[in-house]
Amino acid sequence: MTRIVVDPITRIEGHLRIEAEVSGGRITNAWSSSTMFRGIEKILKGRDPRDAWFFTQRFCGVCTTVHSIASIRAVENALNIKVPPNAESIRNIIMGIQNVQDHVIHFYHLHALDWVDITSALQADPARTAQLATSISDWPLNSFTYFKGIQERLKAFVAKGRLGPFANAYWGHPAMKLPPEANLMATAHYLEALEWQKDVIRIHAILGSKNPHPQTFLVGGMAIPVDPDSQNALNADKLTEIGGLLKKAKEFVEKVYIPDLLAVASFYKDWAGIGAGVGNYLSCGEFPDPVSGHLFFPAGIVLGRDLTKVHPLDHRKVAEYVDHSWYDPSAGQGKGAHPWEGETEARYSGPKPPYQQLDTDRKYSWVKAPRYEERPMEVGPLAKLLVAYASGHTPTRDAVGFVLKQLNVGPEALFSTLGRTAARGLDCLITAQQLPTWHAQLVDNMGKGDLRVHTGEKWDPATWPMEAAGYGWHEAPRGALGHWIKIRDQKILNYQAVVPSTWNASPRDHKGQRGPYEEALIGTPIADPNRPVEILRTIHSFDPCLACAVHLLDTRGNEMVRVTVK
Amino acid sequence: MSGYGNGHDQKSPEQQFSFSRLLAEKGVSRRDFIKFCSATAAALALPPAFGPQIARALDEVKRPTLVWLEFQSCTGDTEALLRAANPTVAEIVLDILSIDYAETIMAAAGHLAEANLDKVLKEEKGKYIAVVEGSIPLKDDGIYCCIGGRTAADRAREVCGGAFATIAVGTCASYGGIPAAAPNPTGAVGVAKAVPSATVINLPGCPLNADNLTATIVHFLLFKKLPATDGIGRPLFAYGKRIHDNCERRPHFDAGQYVEAWGDQGHRKGFCLYKMGCKGPETWHNCPTQRYNDKTSWPVGSGHGCAGCSQPMFWDTMTPFYRRLPNVPGFGIETTADTIGLGLAAGTAAAFAAHGVVSAFRRGDTSEGAKEE
Repeated sequence: MTRIVVDPITRIEGHLRIEAEVSGGRITNAWSSSTMFRGIEKILKGRDPRDAWFFTQRFCGVCTTVHSIASIRAVENALNIKVPPNAESIRNIIMGIQNVQDHVIHFYHLHALDWVDITSALQADPARTAQLATSISDWPLNSFTYFKGIQERLKAFVAKGRLGPFANAYWGHPAMKLPPEANLMATAHYLEALEWQKDVIRIHAILGSKNPHPQTFLVGGMAIPVDPDSQNALNADKLTEIGGLLKKAKEFVEKVYIPDLLAVASFYKDWAGIGAGVGNYLSCGEFPDPVSGHLFFPAGIVLGRDLTKVHPLDHRKVAEYVDHSWYDPSAGQGKGAHPWEGETEARYSGPKPPYQQLDTDRKYSWVKAPRYEERPMEVGPLAKLLVAYASGHTPTRDAVGFVLKQLNVGPEALFSTLGRTAARGLDCLITAQQLPTWHAQLVDNMGKGDLRVHTGEKWDPATWPMEAAGYGWHEAPRGALGHWIKIRDQKILNYQAVVPSTWNASPRDHKGQRGPYEEALIGTPIADPNRPVEILRTIHSFDPCLACAVHLLDTRGNEMVRVTVK
Repeated sequence: MSGYGNGHDQKSPEQQFSFSRLLAEKGVSRRDFIKFCSATAAALALPPAFGPQIARALDEVKRPTLVWLEFQSCTGDTEALLRAANPTVAEIVLDILSIDYAETIMAAAGHLAEANLDKVLKEEKGKYIAVVEGSIPLKDDGIYCCIGGRTAADRAREVCGGAFATIAVGTCASYGGIPAAAPNPTGAVGVAKAVPSATVINLPGCPLNADNLTATIVHFLLFKKLPATDGIGRPLFAYGKRIHDNCERRPHFDAGQYVEAWGDQGHRKGFCLYKMGCKGPETWHNCPTQRYNDKTSWPVGSGHGCAGCSQPMFWDTMTPFYRRLPNVPGFGIETTADTIGLGLAAGTAAAFAAHGVVSAFRRGDTSEGAKEE
């Protein structure tokens, strides 16, 4: 038996460490550990609830809008604020393009190098590469000249003998299966996506001043004024620019990302049988209609891979355990705490650095173990799509059906590393295709003369009740995200977040049940324990975001009040 | 303040490499390159005539190695880099810098990744540039951030201690940032404080403007020394002026035209955001001129006040974000960040704490802060 440690796991957000035991060429046991802690929720106590989004946005600079959205929704829920339709539409556009851009970056810049061998692209025949590319997409750049140019740039780069960020990786690894032409095509699109992502996300700058960390959210609405007759507001000029960028986003996803995804997946179909994970899926749904509030993607729970039934999502069934996390469990070992009731204090009990190995029998992570009715749950695009698919959501059923047919596999293939990676692409596609509708809703409403972006009636804290509590869900690119807030005397009494990577990266719980990363690694083949690229494939398929995942629950001694959620 | 590279002379790396030849190999035309150099000259607050000089300087330089470390970060500064304003060439400049270690983008993981870093530390001691993102926790022997089984503090001492220079990107790496906000649960500090012996340039901002990073590196390549800084380690070319004094809405401030409520007519017409809590009058940064995302916009330009994110400890001194700053008599444009910025911010915090905010303003002022009189 061999013990493998991968630390740092690179090409993710944050600091993640994986320890695994390998026996007979397969992983037999695994532990997921986050090694960084900041305590932002503790920092939030006593501050103005209207500032909370600004702080929580800094949970993460990659999924940079999601904690702002969840935060303002939590405060609005607590204060019973309904935002104007324009603000809801602007939020949908901001969330939608975040989702699309984030998934593309994940596929090309964080995940692709687990499957694509850049050095093999040097051996490719550019003519055959162009043939391959044009056979799957009519993307205008797919030409011999283009691929030859990319290959020459690559050759010049390699010839300098300095591989920079590409040095010492998994090139020539036996698990790399793509032919040189597919590698060249993917490498070309890696570079192209780098350009594309900074262009399309300018939508955040137009609507919210900058990206990352757009500065435009407000409790009660948005800070970008709308006025067709002003040069300092969202007007026809800016709306047209946004429309153009949305078109550019959609085209790239349809003509580059999805064809590449299918092409790469067709060489790695064995990964449809690897990395299944815990088999329970949770999604909180997303994209409210600006008027009715009806969610475009439905919320729900799928248990035990049973797609015949969708259970309603009830946040009161969420509890967090700290039996294997570096916190002082004042509630007691083996007892879970609902986010409104948690009382925990950071208390490191791991080995003194520098260390070689964590004490995985005891506590080994800064991430807690959230459970739904004591079950570990996977969240993310796969969970979102499975819930939508099982709910009969037409755009999702069409997209999933298309991909299964293209790859000639059944729905069971979705419960895997490959399924997770494919689901992210489909989520991206459906959202990119839906975004123009949300844009049109905003235009229509402005055309009717509605210029409201903010409801001011509860902006002044003097109008608030003495005490209030609320929560906000947001289906982020990495999955279901929840923020909970309690307000007393116009200040934050308590603030908590249960984020996607807390669910997925969680360590073992009170029952010893593994978290989703840990469970998904069991049975993963390892060809070379010194270069365990297979671990990266499964872990990256979840799109880890660790700075988000680690947070601090309420400190001890605060009076907790149960509230009814509106 | 110790630890800052206040423009002292350093030996430049060897010169055996042509930048423009490499660009040509990468399919970048001479014209694009000169355009980039002119843009960089603007970022450095130099006259356009410096463009050709920058091009010449880049031509002569051997590509130095850069390692990018992440500690208590949100990766927002890495993301900012990916959105850099003159990206085709900026990406290449960074490529040309040979980024040998950067957790978010590098292909290798685990011990293979660490081997890349070890190689730089051993073979290029004193020559490489270290970029640090995120704060460094010192409390409880630094156990709140470990990478490869070692603490952030330990790694920072080794990597920054052996670097030619360290560039702290973002407010966390510069001054501790959000993890250091009260009550600073992990004892987080900026890199200059964690490694006093290192030569550190601070590029605060939340996140930093990547143009300022490119410009800092080019400044070094062009002038063969690090840029001059203010007393808190910020290059004067990017942090030498108050936002308020460069703001496109300044005429509205002077004319007494303010946004009074979100979405009101003043808001739609681009009036001054002072009463909505804008911190531009206390913030030194080049946002109004440099802007973000290919110069698309910046916070005030999109209707939200400045949050003061390039100022040390702004999470404590500039909050609540929506409360109007007190009016301080004698606050003139000739004052520098060194003499008044810190003092004023601290004064503001004290004033807020005491709920004794000084009254201000022209016309019937109903904004927050005014109510505290």
